[in-house]
Amino acid sequence: MKGSDPLLTLAANFAMLSLFAIGGANAAIPEMHRLVVEVQHWMTDQQFSDLFAIAQVTPGPKVIITTLIGYQVAGFAGAMVTTAAMVGPTCLATFFITRIWDRFRDAPLRVAIQAGLVPVSVGLLAASAWVLIRTVDTSWVAVAITASTAIIGYFTRINPLWLFAAAALLGAAGLV
Amino acid sequence: MILPWARRMIVDEKHWMTAEEFNETYSLAQFLPGPNVVNLSVVFGSRIGGGLGAIAALGGLLGPPALIAAFLSFLYSQFGDATILRGILAGIAAAAIGLMSATIAKMAQPVLSKLIAPAPLIMTATFIAIGVLRLPLVPCLLVLAPISVALAYCWQRQ
Repeated sequence: MKGSDPLLTLAANFAMLSLFAIGGANAAIPEMHRLVVEVQHWMTDQQFSDLFAIAQVTPGPKVIITTLIGYQVAGFAGAMVTTAAMVGPTCLATFFITRIWDRFRDAPLRVAIQAGLVPVSVGLLAASAWVLIRTVDTSWVAVAITASTAIIGYFTRINPLWLFAAAALLGAAGLV
Repeated sequence: MILPWARRMIVDEKHWMTAEEFNETYSLAQFLPGPNVVNLSVVFGSRIGGGLGAIAALGGLLGPPALIAAFLSFLYSQFGDATILRGILAGIAAAAIGLMSATIAKMAQPVLSKLIAPAPLIMTATFIAIGVLRLPLVPCLLVLAPISVALAYCWQRQ
């Protein structure tokens, strides 16, 4: 694929990813990282980590990280193509499945599919967190921020924006 | 962060759906691959207004954020090298991963509590294949997902 039109590569890969993102856009982060950093070398670890951060403070669904990745690779056209590729196939599938869903609500196979996909999606999200930790937490302060927000997030119901603001202040002070 | 807000608008304010209908819609959206909230908007839109409803809900949910994201990307392409921005983004990314880990820990609890069932094994295998070995996603899922569903099917019949 290397050397071909980045728009085509983005469209093909994210359209495929769309149907395999079990657990949402965050579950697909390891594959996005593999594609754009490791395989295509479109951006550095640092840039990927920056885009992940920008996605967290952009209002809207988590899938918006694909818009940021697309822009970084191929400008405005890249942003639109990548976003459309990531949502298109799954939305079409959703639209048709929702029509037959009610008929199969209690079918044993449907229950098994739902139960079987839960551990896969949690495993993917854990992989996602691990890949991001290795990309982002390059200093001891960053590790400390991740550890403390994990503990605060687990035990309290604080609005995440406060934690982002505190971490951003530490970063602005040049400590991270 | 969008979900509670969508629920309040759809169920409490506009009365487009009952709480049960919303839960049912959400469980369907979660079960499907792809971005959950995006799927939710399609299921919701199509139940309220058919194909056009789905397009309207999707466009409304995704359009403005995508334009904001494109604008932020533009700013990043201009000022991404500024030292202070470097630091701010590094701080936010580190905090976001912490929050994500807290959510994953909560999600993993019901999976791990069934220690005899196959779920913890599948979860660990998925983590190692994708996170540690960095294998490509599609072939991994084509192997792991059917195995997991088959095991869940056999398990529930016992």
